[in-house]
Amino acid sequence: MSKKKDTFINMVLSLFVITIISGFSLGYVNELTIGPIEKGKIERKVNALKLVLPTFDNNPIEDVQLIKSSLVQDSVEVFPAYENSKFVGAAIIGSTEKGFSGLIKLIVGFSPEGTIKNIVVLEQKETPGLGTKMKDEKFLAQFREKNPSAFNLKVTKDGGEVDALTGATITSRAFGEAVQMAYDEFMKNNGLLIELKN
Amino acid sequence: MAEKVNQTQNFLKGIIKENPVFVMLLGMCPTLGVTSSAFNGLGMGIATMFVLLMSNIVVSLVKSQIPSKVRIPAFIIIIASFVTIVEMVLEAFIPFLYEQLGIFIPLIVVNCLILGRAEAFASKNNILASILDALGMGLGFVVALTILGATREILGSGSIFEFKFVSEDANTFILFILPPGAFIALAYLTVLFNKISIKTT
Amino acid sequence: MDYIIILIAAVFVNNIVLSQFLGICPFLGVSSKVSTSVGMSGAVMFVMTIATITTYLLHQYILVPAGLDYLRTITFILVIAALVQMVEIILKKVSPPLYQALGVFLPLITTNCAVLGVAILALGLEGGSLMKAVFFAVSNSIGFGLALIVFASIRESLELADIPEGMKGVPINLLVAGLLSLAFLGFTGLV
Repeated sequence: MSKKKDTFINMVLSLFVITIISGFSLGYVNELTIGPIEKGKIERKVNALKLVLPTFDNNPIEDVQLIKSSLVQDSVEVFPAYENSKFVGAAIIGSTEKGFSGLIKLIVGFSPEGTIKNIVVLEQKETPGLGTKMKDEKFLAQFREKNPSAFNLKVTKDGGEVDALTGATITSRAFGEAVQMAYDEFMKNNGLLIELKN
Repeated sequence: MAEKVNQTQNFLKGIIKENPVFVMLLGMCPTLGVTSSAFNGLGMGIATMFVLLMSNIVVSLVKSQIPSKVRIPAFIIIIASFVTIVEMVLEAFIPFLYEQLGIFIPLIVVNCLILGRAEAFASKNNILASILDALGMGLGFVVALTILGATREILGSGSIFEFKFVSEDANTFILFILPPGAFIALAYLTVLFNKISIKTT
Repeated sequence: MDYIIILIAAVFVNNIVLSQFLGICPFLGVSSKVSTSVGMSGAVMFVMTIATITTYLLHQYILVPAGLDYLRTITFILVIAALVQMVEIILKKVSPPLYQALGVFLPLITTNCAVLGVAILALGLEGGSLMKAVFFAVSNSIGFGLALIVFASIRESLELADIPEGMKGVPINLLVAGLLSLAFLGFTGLV
């Protein structure tokens, strides 16, 4: 086989054919993967919800409430949980821009009275090895079964009750702030969520 | 017989003599950017190796059909297609790795290693030689990234492949998982690699 | 205010070369002289800004409405490659002096991952708009230029230094880059 000549027709034709083939094959692979990608995203959300909420029998993702808030640009996502049509708690996405490297996003589960059930970190860009320790059990454990009305979410340095991570005070501070934000939103909308299912 | 020796050499050259990272300094961005742990380094290495292998195969198959003036854009389309496939497959089936590697997955496209091999090797050689070349070079890349990732993980987090061998609150050289550590670790690994490869050849 | 934060973040805190690891090839490759690194920075600034405008519009008004978001990588790299060629041809015709200064660097830019990286990152900006994307590209190219020129200045003096045999060449350059990156780490927490 000899090399194709550099005529204009040849150049256009060969590039055209390659583009068509790659376009079609990418479209095909996209069809194959789009399902699993969507499913994975929902699955991760459901898993996070299962971790922070008490047992529930509704679909919190379908019942999601978008609540306008003055604290963030977009609306706050609130996932209410019900068991036998009784309100058993809600998960709220709390976020802050004040982390050491910006955004920290977490999901906090509350009981109807506002007691923290559990917290899962969704997104963060903190310093590996220092700020990222906020995902560790040791740090998270101090928040469980605490009600922010009686538990000051500030770090001990600022007169609160949270033991800051070693070398990552700013991260710990921001973490407390994000939880506080989720709590404030929860208390504001508590009444609405109880009403919703009835 | 001579042919066989040639092919073996063709395969082996990428691992030591022309190692893409330590010797040729190709594909430095992902090398430094994603190697904060051994697992990330390995994942990136394998993703790159796959793209390299596939693009080398396709380029060596279609080389005679592409006019030489438009060969570079044609190679880029072929490479970008495989990168997009890798991107979609990772997102669908290994979302954890997809998040860790982030922006560096689409950037495999501009990894000079891949375009370099397509242009310098696959466009001039037959398919078997191109496959061996890609495997050798790819393996060299995988090995380099994994070693760099492991070094940084051991020093920086006190663990290897997520397996921690120091206690939970032990102080480690955090510097090594931060950006400066990437440069510094690679600098000393290059010195070490040069010493070893001089001895072996 | 937003814009000031973008600028400081891109130039100092998340410097594209020293903390994001984009554009390492030209950073190590064309930094042996200050004069060439100034030329390279100029060319990158030029191409990065134009490329980001083009890809941003393309993504916003063609790819997303058509649901072809997955073709992002392939279209962006083709647009950048075509753009670099076009810029080269236009510069040659319109402004020969500028072409003289930047010409040799232009072909190298196609495979500069900083350009593609910034084009992709600009899509993910919070509250994104075209203005913001352009500003992001300009800020990042300033960050690229700063890192490159500082590094080149150090390398020029390094020529005169007495370096151990095994460290000569690549290793010492990487080590200097590491120390430079360490210095930039001091800016973390600024925004």
